[in-house]
This record gives sequence, structure tokens and C-alpha cells, in this order.
Amino acid sequence: MRNIWTIAKREYTTYFNSPLAYVVMLILFAVIGLIFALNLLSVTNNPFLAQPLDATMVAGPLVFMLLFCTPAITMRLISDESRTGTLELLLTAPIRDWELVTGKWLGAFLFMLTTIALTLIFPFWVHGMTDPGIDIARTASSYVGLILVVAAFLGIGVGISALFSNQFAAFFATMGILVVMWFLIGAPANLLPVGGELFGYLDMNSHFYGGFNRGAINLTDIVYYVSLTALGLFTGNIAIDYRRWK
Amino acid sequence: MIQVNGLIKDYGARRALNDITFDANQGEIVGFLGPNGAGKTTTMRILVGYMPPTDGAAIVAGYDVVEESLEVRKRVGYLPETVPLYTDMTALEYLKFMADLRHIPDSKERAYETLEQVNLQDRANSYIGTFSKGMRQRVGLAQALIHRPEVLILDEPTIGLDPAQVVEVRNVIKEIGKDRTVLLSTHILTEAQNICDRVLIINKGSIVAEDTPENLQSRLVGSQRVILRVRGDSDGLDAAIKKVKGTRAIEVTDAETVEFEFSAGQDVRPQVAKAVIQAGYELIEMRPVGMSLEEIFLELTQDNSAGKKP
Repeated sequence: MRNIWTIAKREYTTYFNSPLAYVVMLILFAVIGLIFALNLLSVTNNPFLAQPLDATMVAGPLVFMLLFCTPAITMRLISDESRTGTLELLLTAPIRDWELVTGKWLGAFLFMLTTIALTLIFPFWVHGMTDPGIDIARTASSYVGLILVVAAFLGIGVGISALFSNQFAAFFATMGILVVMWFLIGAPANLLPVGGELFGYLDMNSHFYGGFNRGAINLTDIVYYVSLTALGLFTGNIAIDYRRWK
Repeated sequence: MIQVNGLIKDYGARRALNDITFDANQGEIVGFLGPNGAGKTTTMRILVGYMPPTDGAAIVAGYDVVEESLEVRKRVGYLPETVPLYTDMTALEYLKFMADLRHIPDSKERAYETLEQVNLQDRANSYIGTFSKGMRQRVGLAQALIHRPEVLILDEPTIGLDPAQVVEVRNVIKEIGKDRTVLLSTHILTEAQNICDRVLIINKGSIVAEDTPENLQSRLVGSQRVILRVRGDSDGLDAAIKKVKGTRAIEVTDAETVEFEFSAGQDVRPQVAKAVIQAGYELIEMRPVGMSLEEIFLELTQDNSAGKKP
């Protein structure tokens, strides 16, 4: 655990030394802020609003934005270490490959948690301004889902970053896989006479919008995102092992 | 401390190491010499647990590099050929990070002590990105030393350093080599000659020679040539030298100088000096003209002599 924490701490600090992380944060806040403001305007102009306000107006678009931002966060994690030669340093230090991969993931995860935590300002602002305030339970559910989705995005990103020495190759490969997993993989669910359920289950999108973002925390959805995270980290571990043996 | 037995490494169809066997003991500095692509870095990477061999075995600090890689890595300090540094960190932050990865208590203090060892304490809080090549090399050396390893493996440790820094780093290595094991690769043959107790010459993945620099010279040359100079006229000097048993190939090169040879292992220089003085000459110089390590290296690594083992 100690090695994981040492690597995670360095990664977390590195993000705040990099302009890329600030650009990602800025874009996220600008777009989410705009969407939030538009939503708020639309809601306040509707005198027949039946549903209480909640955080889905933030978490929904945020998860969509993170789908495109996460590859930028993960692309350099291991591929850049390989390009600059520092991977040799880490692979000859007394740490296990899985500790390295997990530490990298944890550093990125903590950075994204910080970013996500900052977006809580929007729902809490609405909560303070309205009576009876936002639906806290549904907000919590959305954010739990958001955190699990981001964990899975990052897991996949770290795994792919370990496969490449070029960070742009890692970026586009991660983006490609996330787009397939989010938008396309669920498509055959209603088209295939047999096995459609499998594609339905693999659909990343439905586990969030169909579960967490509706206020429902299901074990199936949690297991799904945790499994994807683990699969990503396992891929990273195998990729590093392959580098050693090739 | 290092025992390598029949090490083989294949990169696809290409054999990079072919049956490498050697050892290095505690308190010994072993130099690894060879042309580019000879297999030096591959051997070192296997010994530090970076990659496994295709076949063969290596024991470092009492542990198998494949089966107990983590134990090996705890006990080995390694400076790769391309110094791996995080340029966005200060020298102190970088060394503290490396110390934390090695679970060293009081990692910040240790990092500072190690910076002092490589004479970089004044730049402890400067970003590595602003460092010269020589300073980066010293930070790299510091990370290899930070955990006071039993075995130190250094790939071209003095490359990029200015002459004063080279002397400093060599002194650090010599100091460490007194009670620990050092394996270093170098292209600077005088470096090997000056600081190594033993030299391994590797070519095309095989060790072609292994001995002390001095023994390599005498084993390869077979005979020793000497230049002898006297003050004033040297007429009859060759005849005086010829009287000493064991001398041969005597040649007068100018008015004051004569060259001669004797068989390696049969040093006749004291007798020659005595004979020259007794003959009434003023002896002012007698020095060996040996085959330098450069010449030995070329002799052993040129294509037409590859595989030659003295």
C-alpha cells in the first residue's frame, strides 16, 4: 500500500504542475457551468415544475464531458514514463508492477475526485437558494455513480497508457474504447435475437443513466464499474509484464 | 555478490547475449567494456531485474534475479545509460521520492545527505529541468546510491561530466567499491584501467576476455618492450644490453635511446639497469611501451579476432 501511495502522491502533484490538467479543469467548469445556468434558467421559468431540483443537471452532462477529458488525463501516465526512460527507474525499484499501475491510477483518480468535488458547488448553490432544496439522496446517488464511472474510465486509460510509448496513441486508443463502450456496445442489445442481454450489460452508459443518475444504487452497477476498473488495471499490469519479457 | 552463469538473451530472432558467465565479489570494482550493441546494457538490465534472461541464471546479493527479483532490486543501486529523471521535480524532491519508494526512514534527510555525496547540496531545491548534463548525471548517481546498496550497477556513469566531475565521481565509485560490489560499463578505457580491479570485455554478446587490466596486457602482448635513454653518447649501449640474458630485439632508435624486449613474466629491467650503469652510461629513463587497453580492446573486438580468448 505504501508504494501505491508514494506513486499516487507524485502523480497527483504532477497534475498541478501541468497546464494540461488546468485546461481540462477549465473546460469542464466552463461547459458544466454553462449547462447548469441554462438548466437553472429553464427551471426557474417553468412555474409548473413538479420534480424537486437535484444534481442530475450537473452529473449527467459532467459524465459525458469526462468521457472526452479522461483520455487526456491518463494518456501520459505510463506511456510518458516509457518515452522518457523513467519507466526503467520504476521497474528496477523494489515495487511490484501492479503497485505501479494502481499508484498511477490512484493519483489520477484523486485528481479527478478533486475536480468532481469542486462541481458540487453547483447543486449546493441551488440547495441554498431554494426551498425545500435539492433532492439530496438523488444527488448523492448521481455523484456515487459519477465517481464509479470515472474510476472505470481511468482504469481503462491507465491500462491503455501502459500499452503505448506514445501518449497521443494512448489518447486516441482510450478515446476509441470509451466511445465504443459508452455509445456503441449497447446498440446490438435490441437487435440480436440471442445474446442481446450481454451487450446490454456491457453498455457503460445504461449503468449510469439507467441506475445511479435516477437515484438507484444497484449492486450490479457497482460490480460492473469496479470490474471494468480492475480489468483496466489488470491490462496495465500485463502490458508492463509484456514489456519486460519482449 | 554477483554470479552470472550461462546468461542468454534473445530479442526475437537476434541473440543479444550468448552464454555470459562471470562473477564479481564484495569489495571489487568490475569494468564492463565493449563496443555499442555488444550486450553490456542488456546484461546490466537483467542483473537489476528490469528484464528476465531467455536462459541461464544470475544471483545478485544472494538472490535470483528472476525468482526473487524484488529482493534483488532492494539491494541494488542502478544508474541506467539514459539517466531517468523527472524534470518537473527539484533534486531533493526527486531523491525523496526515490527514498520513499525504498521505504527509507527520514527520507528527506537521506536525500540531502546523498546530494552532498555527489556535491549537489547547493542545488537541492533547483528543478532538475534546469540542470546541465553533468548535474543530471550526478542526480542519477545519487538515486542509485540513496539506499546504500550492496551492489552498484552503473551504465556509463561518467558520460557527460567535465574532467573535474569525472574525478569526483570516480572517487565516489572507488570509495563505494572498497566494501561493496560495483559493476560499471564504460567506453573510457583509461577509466577502466584506473578504477577497476577487473575488466570484462564483451563483444557480440560473448565475453572475450576477463582479467585485471595489467594481466590482460601481459597475456595479450606476450612480451614487454622497453625504451631506455641515457645522457650523452649511446655508442655501445646496445651491446651492453645484449649481454643481459633474456633481452632481445634490441634497436638503437636515436643517439641517446635504445629499445629492447623481454618475455612477459621474466622482468630483466633491474639487470639491464645495473649493466648499463656498470658500463659507465648515465641512465636517465627506462619505461615500458605496453599495449594500451585501447589496443587490447580493439584487438579483441575487431571482427577478425572476435571470439579470441587469451
